[in-house]
Amino acid sequence: MAESNVMVLGTWASPFVLRVKIALHLKSVNYENHEENLPESKSDLLLKSNPVYKKVPVLIHGHNPICESLIIVEYIDEVWTTSASSILPSDAYERAQSRFWAAYVEDKFSTALRRVLFGATEEDKRAAMAEVSEGIVLLEEAFVKLSKGKAFFGGEDIGFVDIVFGSLLEWIEVIEKLSEMKLISEAKTPGLVQWADCFSAHEAVKDVSPDVDKLVEYALKIGARVLKATAATN
Amino acid sequence: MSKAKLVILDCWVSPFCMRVKIALNEKGLEYEAQAEDLFGGKSELLLSSNPIYKKVPVFLHDGKPLCESSIIVNYIDETWSSPPLLPPCSYGRAQARFWADFIDKKVFDACGNIWRSKGEVPVEAKKEFIEILKQLEEALGDKDYFIGTTFGFVDIILIPLTSWFFAVEKIGGFTVEAECPKFSNWMKRCLQRESVAKVVPPPEKVYEFVLMFRKMQGID
Repeated sequence: MAESNVMVLGTWASPFVLRVKIALHLKSVNYENHEENLPESKSDLLLKSNPVYKKVPVLIHGHNPICESLIIVEYIDEVWTTSASSILPSDAYERAQSRFWAAYVEDKFSTALRRVLFGATEEDKRAAMAEVSEGIVLLEEAFVKLSKGKAFFGGEDIGFVDIVFGSLLEWIEVIEKLSEMKLISEAKTPGLVQWADCFSAHEAVKDVSPDVDKLVEYALKIGARVLKATAATN
Repeated sequence: MSKAKLVILDCWVSPFCMRVKIALNEKGLEYEAQAEDLFGGKSELLLSSNPIYKKVPVFLHDGKPLCESSIIVNYIDETWSSPPLLPPCSYGRAQARFWADFIDKKVFDACGNIWRSKGEVPVEAKKEFIEILKQLEEALGDKDYFIGTTFGFVDIILIPLTSWFFAVEKIGGFTVEAECPKFSNWMKRCLQRESVAKVVPPPEKVYEFVLMFRKMQGID
């Protein structure tokens, strides 16, 4: 269904914006993409639509701005309801579990990723890398539990946790390239290796995901410095 | 058919546990609160139910564990639909979730920056705390509750945190009433509700706890 009154304020490199675009594509919702020129400047529309945080993404539906990527994805799921593509599970307990893992990715995992790239000291980056490695093992266990043998955290099709975690895959690859170390590997996280392939190839994902080489260039330009993997292993 | 058993792994002073208990009270549900000794030693049940964070609250519905207070309150609202804690329209729900998330990100940490400080409380910490309350005041506007005319999700997420404000005021040397009178009125309104009054401890008791905690941590 074509919508002429849906706009996304975002940037091409932001994994948080990517979540919103994947959700809209999944629901076949047409939208107008408004690329912000961050960090150089913020548009008046962005400042007016998100006065509290002044950040992307913002979804503007009609005249209503919705902020914070996880909240936007839930909003999209509630507004555009087609039984073929429900993002959150219909069972309340499973829904709570999805929200728990999405919150874990958002609060713990993605902040650790950011510190790997932009941490103030080597010590901070090293600690962050250890947290990321531990986190991926936890997410592998969560994948096994939630997917119940299917391709995605959401089961047959991509769901909330897939979108929230999957939107970070390109940035994970950036870290892998710069550190010369595999974070998602056959040896430790075979489930996630397969999941990542399926997610990246999904109709709603493949045309909106950023190019990893472009992201590497961008990351270095904005000051990312990743420690290379050391020979020592634990 | 046996009655569903509702259990909360609890700590009396935790505002996050209070949220869950208030939600259950609002729904008229009976539950068992099992007190955890967070300093002496966490129970096996807590550690096995919440292996990632090892924190309270944990809500057990027929033995199935749920963690993270905002997620638990959402679950309670979805499972027992009356009275609804979230508004019916999607945009209203998005706004409620936005403010609940803002509260989660900002309020308790801002309190901590004041009550955990050694010696003189930094001016920046006081300023930040008041600014957060002013932003919440603006969101409240002239309404009785955060989303409209009925007590709901955002109020439940926020009111327990205010039980720590007396401690913050004593240590910080200011009052919320003087700085944010609208917010103060909202607090009094919520504290009059039975579901809240049954759960939120007297502020002086929380203050005593904070002082004890400061001594334990070597801050006092």
